[in-house]
Amino acid sequence: MAALYPNHIPITKLSRILLAGSSAVAALRNPYRDDMVAVCSETTACNALEHMRGRMLDDETGRRILNEQPRVNSSTVDLKLLRALPESTLGRQYVNMLNKYNITPDSRRDVKFVDDPELAFVLQRYRETHDFNHLLLGQRTNLRGEVAVKWFEAIQTFLPMCWMAAVGGTTRLSRKRRLRLLQQDLPWIIPTAKSCQFFMNIYFEERLDQDIDDLRDEMKIYLPHS
Amino acid sequence: MRFVSRLKAFRCFEPITRLNRNVGTQNANPEITHFGFKNVTVKEKPKKVNEVFDRVAGNYDLMNDVMSAGIHRLWKDRLITVLNPCDKTKLLDCAGGTGDISFRFIKRVKLQHDCPEPNVTVCDINPNMLEVGKRRAETQNLHLKWVCCSADDLCFPGASFNAYTIAFGIRNCTHIDKVLKEAYRVLEPGGRFLCLEFSEVENPYLRNLYNTYSFQVIPVMGEVISGDWKSYQYLAESIRKFPSRSQFSQMMRDAGFQNVSCESLTFGVCSIHSGFKL
Repeated sequence: MAALYPNHIPITKLSRILLAGSSAVAALRNPYRDDMVAVCSETTACNALEHMRGRMLDDETGRRILNEQPRVNSSTVDLKLLRALPESTLGRQYVNMLNKYNITPDSRRDVKFVDDPELAFVLQRYRETHDFNHLLLGQRTNLRGEVAVKWFEAIQTFLPMCWMAAVGGTTRLSRKRRLRLLQQDLPWIIPTAKSCQFFMNIYFEERLDQDIDDLRDEMKIYLPHS
Repeated sequence: MRFVSRLKAFRCFEPITRLNRNVGTQNANPEITHFGFKNVTVKEKPKKVNEVFDRVAGNYDLMNDVMSAGIHRLWKDRLITVLNPCDKTKLLDCAGGTGDISFRFIKRVKLQHDCPEPNVTVCDINPNMLEVGKRRAETQNLHLKWVCCSADDLCFPGASFNAYTIAFGIRNCTHIDKVLKEAYRVLEPGGRFLCLEFSEVENPYLRNLYNTYSFQVIPVMGEVISGDWKSYQYLAESIRKFPSRSQFSQMMRDAGFQNVSCESLTFGVCSIHSGFKL
C-alpha cells in the first residue's frame, strides 16, 4: 500500500500486531512515553474509529468537522486573542491551561499507522481535542486527572487504548488517590460519559468565546460541585 | 471574532502521490541515486543519510544489539581476526562512528603484541556518531584519533595507512566507486582493505525469513526503542540496494585491489570483503 497522507506509514499485519503489543507494554511501563501511547492508540483502534466516525456522521456538526477537517495547532489557533477573552470562557481557560502546564497546541503527535485518511483524521481530532475534555470535566493533568478523563473518553469513543489507560492508570495510582478516583470521580464521570453529548461533535474552535459553564450545560456535563 | 485562521479549512489528509518503490530499477540519470527504495538526487543523499545517523546516533549501539541479538559483536570480532593486526599496523577505520572496530583493534594489539599505543584513526562524516565514539573511548580510557570527513574525499595524504576497514558504512555512501578509489589511495603498497557489510542470504527459505524480519520486525524495534520507524526501514531497504558480492568484488578490482576475496557470515546475512594494494 502506498502512503495515503503525510506521515502515513503503511504496515503489514505482523508489524501491526508486534507494534500494538510492544507499544502497549512500553506505555504501561512508562506512561510518560507519549509516543508509545500514540502508537498504541493507532495500532489497537480496530473498529472504534469507525464507531466514532459513525457517531460524527449522525450529527450535523460532526459531519461538518469531518468535511472541513480542522486542526488544532499554533498556526490555526490565535493564542493572543484567547488571552484577551474573559476568564470564564473556554478559550481563556484553554490558554491558561497551556501556560500552567507548559504545553503548546503542537504537543500532539501526528497519526502514522492508521490506513484510512478519514479515520486517521478522526484519531488526530480526538488527540487534539483531549485538552478540551480536561477543561470540560474540570480535571487536572496529573495522573488521577488523566485517568478520570480516560474513563470518560473510553466510554464515549470505545478506543481500546483509552480502556487500557483507564484501567491500567487506575492500578498505578497510590491507594489514597485510587480511592478518591473510585469514590469521588468515577461515580459522576461514568454516568456523564454515557449521557452527555459526544465530544467529537463539538466544533471547539467555534466555542472558544463561549462561557465554559454554558457549554457544559449544553453538553449535559454537570460537575459535582456545581 | 475569528480565533481560528482560515488555514483551519485546509484538508490535511489528502492522498499523496505513491512513493517510488522501483526496487532494483536502474536509473539512467547519473544525477539520481537511491536512498533505500526511494530515488533521490546525488546531492540530496548525503544530507538524508546524515539525518538518519543524527537520529540513530544516541541509540546506535543498543539498537545493533537488539536487532542482531548481539551477533554483530561476533561479526566485528571476526573482522579483526581476519585483519590479524600487529604492532606495526596503521589502521584507518572509515565510517567508524561509535568505535566498535577501532576499540577491538586496540584491545587485540595491546593484548597480543604488548603495544602500548596502537595506531588507529577513526573517520566518519557524521559528527554525532563521532561524539558517541569519543565518549565511549573516554570511559574505556582508550586513545585514538578522531577525524570528521567523508569516505569519498578523505583528508589524508596518499599511502598513509597499511590497513583500512569500513564496517556497515559503505552502503550508505553515494559513490561507492569513489570510496574504493580513496581507500586505495590512502593505503600503502601491501596494505589491506577490509569491508564488513550486509549481503544477500542465499538460501531461499532463510531469505524469506530474513526479509520478514528486516522489513516487518526491525522497524517495530526502531519505533519502540528509538521512536524512529523510518530510519530502520531505510536500513532494511539500503541493504537490498547494495551491490551483490560478485558485483562488489568487481568494483574492488576496478579500483585497483588485487587478491580480492569474500567470506560469507551467518548464512550470508553479511560478508567480509578483502583486497590488497600490491
